[in-house]
This record gives sequence, C-alpha cells and structure tokens, in this order.
Amino acid sequence: MPQFQEIRWHGRGGQGAWTAGELVAKAAIDEGKYVQSFPEFGPERMGAPIAAYTRISDRPINLHCAVYNPHIVVVLDPTLLKSVKVNAGLSDDGILIVNTRESPSELRQRFGSPKYQVWALPATDIAIKTLNAPITNTAMVGATIRAAEPVKLESVEKVVRERFRQDLAEKNIAVIKEAYKEAKGE
Amino acid sequence: MAIIEQKTIPLNGDEAVAYAVKQSDVDVVAAYPITPQTIIVERFSEYVANGEVDTEFVCVESEHSALAASLTASLTGARAFTATASAGLALMHEMVYVTAGCRAPVVMAVTNRALSAPINIHCDHSDVMAERDSGWIQLWAENAQEVYDSIIQAFRIAEHPDLMTPVMVNLDGFFLSHTLENVQVLPDNVVRKFVGIRQYPLVSDTQGKKVPFKLDPDFPLTMGPLDLPDYYFEHKRQQEEAMHIAPKIIKQVHDEYAKLSGRSYGNGFVDAYNVDDAEIVTVCLGSTAGTTKTVVDQLRSKGIKAGVLRVRTLRPLPVEDIMRALENKKAVAVLDRSNSVGGQGGPFFHEIRHVLYGAQSHPPIVDYVYGLGGRDMPPALIQNIYKDLEEIAKTGKVKNLVQFAGVRE
Repeated sequence: MPQFQEIRWHGRGGQGAWTAGELVAKAAIDEGKYVQSFPEFGPERMGAPIAAYTRISDRPINLHCAVYNPHIVVVLDPTLLKSVKVNAGLSDDGILIVNTRESPSELRQRFGSPKYQVWALPATDIAIKTLNAPITNTAMVGATIRAAEPVKLESVEKVVRERFRQDLAEKNIAVIKEAYKEAKGE
Repeated sequence: MAIIEQKTIPLNGDEAVAYAVKQSDVDVVAAYPITPQTIIVERFSEYVANGEVDTEFVCVESEHSALAASLTASLTGARAFTATASAGLALMHEMVYVTAGCRAPVVMAVTNRALSAPINIHCDHSDVMAERDSGWIQLWAENAQEVYDSIIQAFRIAEHPDLMTPVMVNLDGFFLSHTLENVQVLPDNVVRKFVGIRQYPLVSDTQGKKVPFKLDPDFPLTMGPLDLPDYYFEHKRQQEEAMHIAPKIIKQVHDEYAKLSGRSYGNGFVDAYNVDDAEIVTVCLGSTAGTTKTVVDQLRSKGIKAGVLRVRTLRPLPVEDIMRALENKKAVAVLDRSNSVGGQGGPFFHEIRHVLYGAQSHPPIVDYVYGLGGRDMPPALIQNIYKDLEEIAKTGKVKNLVQFAGVRE
C-alpha cells in the first residue's frame, strides 16, 4: 500500500458520503496512521451532488488544500454518473469504485476502457435488503476496503460499533461484510 | 518533567476548540452560531446538556451580545470564552475594543471567514484583519492540533495578572474548522492544572486598600467609566505596555506547555521551516503554511533553497524574529489571505514590509493576495510563487509589487 492515499467520495446530500470518509479516517487513526477528512466545503443540500475527501498517510499531513488527483474515487449513487465527471483527476494507477448493477466490464466500457481499475457493487440492493433504506455509504466502505484496502475490515467494524447504536451497528457491519464479498473489479 | 501520555482522537478544528474549552474549566461561554464556527457552539452546548461541564452557557441574540456577556462575566472574575466568524466578528467590533480596553482576559476563537458582499461563507482573513489594532493578542493555528494547544495556552496568557489582555485564536474556516485530523489530547486533570485557577492583579480601591481586580460587592470597584482627555490616553498607553511584556508570558506558557505535551510551534511566535539557509522565503499565516511546507520539501529535493516563515502571533508582532529571519534573504513573498483595497497590498504585507524597513539589509519583497472567499491555494500556485522568487533573486528586480494568485483576470 502506498504511504499516502487520497480518496474522493461522491454522493448526494444526505447519503452519508462525509460519514463514509469519517469512518475510514477514524479506522486509520486507530491503525496509527495520519488522516484528514473533510466535506466539499459549503452548504449541503439534501439530494444535491456533493463530494467528500479523505487523506491517509503514514506520516503527518501538512497539506491544507483540496484534493485534485485522488488515488481512489468512490461513487455512492449511480445516478451521479450522468451529471458528475466522477473520474476527474483520477490517476492511471488509481481505482474507481461505483455503486451500480452493471458489471465491471460494462462499467469499464462506459468510462472508455481506462487504465485505472474499475470496481462495481450493487450497493443500493444490499443496503435495502439489510437496512431497509437506500443508504449506501457503509456498503461502499466495504467495497472500498476490498478494492484498495485503505484500512482493515476489523478497524472499520470497531469504528461502526462506536458510532452507531448496537442494532444499527450490527446491520451496517453485515452490509460492509457482504459488500466486501460481493464487490467485483477488473 | 516528563511528557504526559496522551490519546489521539479524530477532531476537526472546531471540535478541537470545543474540546479544549471543555477541559479548561471555563465559567461562562456566551456565543451565537455562525458558519463556519457553528460546530464549536454545537459541541459545547452538547457538553453542557450532557453535564460534562459546569459552565454557564448563555444563548445570546447576537454576536454583539455574545462578547458583551463574555466581557462582563470576565469582569466579575469569571473565566470566559466566546467564538465567532466573519459578520459575527464585525458585529462585535465595538465590544472587541471595549473588551481589550477593560483589560478583560476573554478568550475567543475566530473561525476565519470572508466578509460580505458578495455574501460568502468561506475562508479568508478579512474578518480578523479588521480587528488587528483592537488590543487583542492574536494566535494563529496551522492545524487542528495547534488549535487545541493554542486555546489551552490562550487562557493562561490572557489571565496572567501582569497582562490582563484578551486573546483570540484564529483558525481557517473549513480548511481547519471542518477538516477532521489526528489530535492528541491531554488528560482532563492535566489541562485543568495547567490552566489553573484565575488569579487577579491587586488594585487600590477608593480607600486606598488593595483589592483583587474584579467586580465584587465586598470590594466595590468601578469598571469602564467615562475616561476623557484627562486619562484616556494613559490607559491606551498601558495597553501598549502590556503588549510589550506579552512576549515573555507567551513564551513562558508555550515552553511550559511544550514540556508537558511534547509539542511546540517554532519559538512560540514564528515557525520557521527551512528558513535558516534559504535564499527565497514566503511568509504566511494559518493553514496555508502546511501546504507551503509540502512545496518547500519538493523544492529542497531539487536543490532549491526555499523556506517558509509562518507567523503564529500577529499581535504582538514578533518584529525581531521576522527581521532576523528575512533580512539576509535574496527574495521574500508575503502570502496575504485578505486585501487592503487601495492600500497597495494586503494588511499582512504591510506588517512584514514595515518590519523590514528597520532591517540591516532589504531583500526584494512582493505580495500575493490569494484565497479570498475560500479560493483554494493548491501546491501548483505556491510553486509558481517560488518560481517568481527565483527570478527576483536572480535579477534583483521586482516587476509587480502586488499580485493576485489564483484569480481569473
């Protein structure tokens, strides 16, 4: 794993993109790493496209500016693919992870067969099945750990248990584990 | 003294303020929420609601009242804190001067944000630059850790009986206020002991008896009375005197805290990064220093002698430190996150250039106004500034004294 990773999370206001970033960041702190996690600055409106960012490093992070060339891009909502250029600035050795029913090869075609890895997960289906709601942030955290392992699965489980009340925590951990298993990439 | 064992927790800059205030045994907090300071007020009111502090939390109707309430609480001898940003600080303006003039040691966090119009909620330093001459000590933080550390130090500095001067701690809106980072926190009892119980200077009452300087029915004093041409000038002169002894106290508190926590910020006044042997140097405030340090690392790996000087205390201005750091350089650029419209450069440029007038030698110095209204300052923009400095160092000529970095022209 590289010493320094930048993750960009795309979602809609209210879907928990910032929370996804925070869960990963907190898990990284528990692993002894240095982090930054911040929302795309500004007023958040329910349903509007938003982005959030997470930096993880083995050394203290001095940067205090926006993320321009993320190593990992995570898309929480498939409808964003029509309106947001989610792969902007993504490096050739990067990883794109999308909530979609499409297969990784269909997704690759959609993005013009890029050099970066493409991962797919039907996160909305998994979330609705277990959480009874289309809240895809924890599912996409599971897929992100599978595809890029910015942190360990156990570390995120611990953070989820600290953050959510017990029944909700267990449901979300089940979602993360299923997402980890079901995510597919190429 | 051994360094205390500390835990690392995830906090954004605003949360770091609230956490430090929670640990500092504050008697009164009066505040009004305003973006991007809001999280401070939210978190602190949660601490109050959960019974984690025994602070009197006053929900006021405006920022003018927030500082009026903090000031008056402070005059009764209480430890008082408030926080604001942008228009909130502007609305406080009158009370900012009153607080300093009354020598009330209030601590205030300012989550720096642009002033309207056009209306904008994002970071720049226009809000606090308007309060530069008010008589408050100003500390500036580079990251969430320094925010936490500086708030704790601020109470000790402000309340020092020889000083009795309010302190504001500045943190960049969003870049610090809303960015979660690793923050090492000291145990509650350690902070409480470090901050201590507020001490009062002794003053003479109307009978000539020595009494503590606070409003107390048992020892009646008058505070903030009419002060006409007969004495006003002397009182303002005393504020200047206090600023002259402030460095000793700021240093003492900074160094004592460093022994406890293992963390120091330059010499407490300026944080010089690769400045000693540098030929080209930028000077800045706040979180941009971090990004600039990253750029300096890149330049150094290419053999370019670059450095960055971060000013931590804008008031009192560390004149000697700045002069010594810059006077022998080949070229200097000031990074200004505010502008003095029509004033040939931003207020920070005026400060640094004014210091260099008294120096032995005068390096060419230029100003870059940047980041107004939250415009990002990425490494690429800072690299361009160092490129300009290399050119100036080579030719000794300044083509543009003041430029605007990152604006569409």
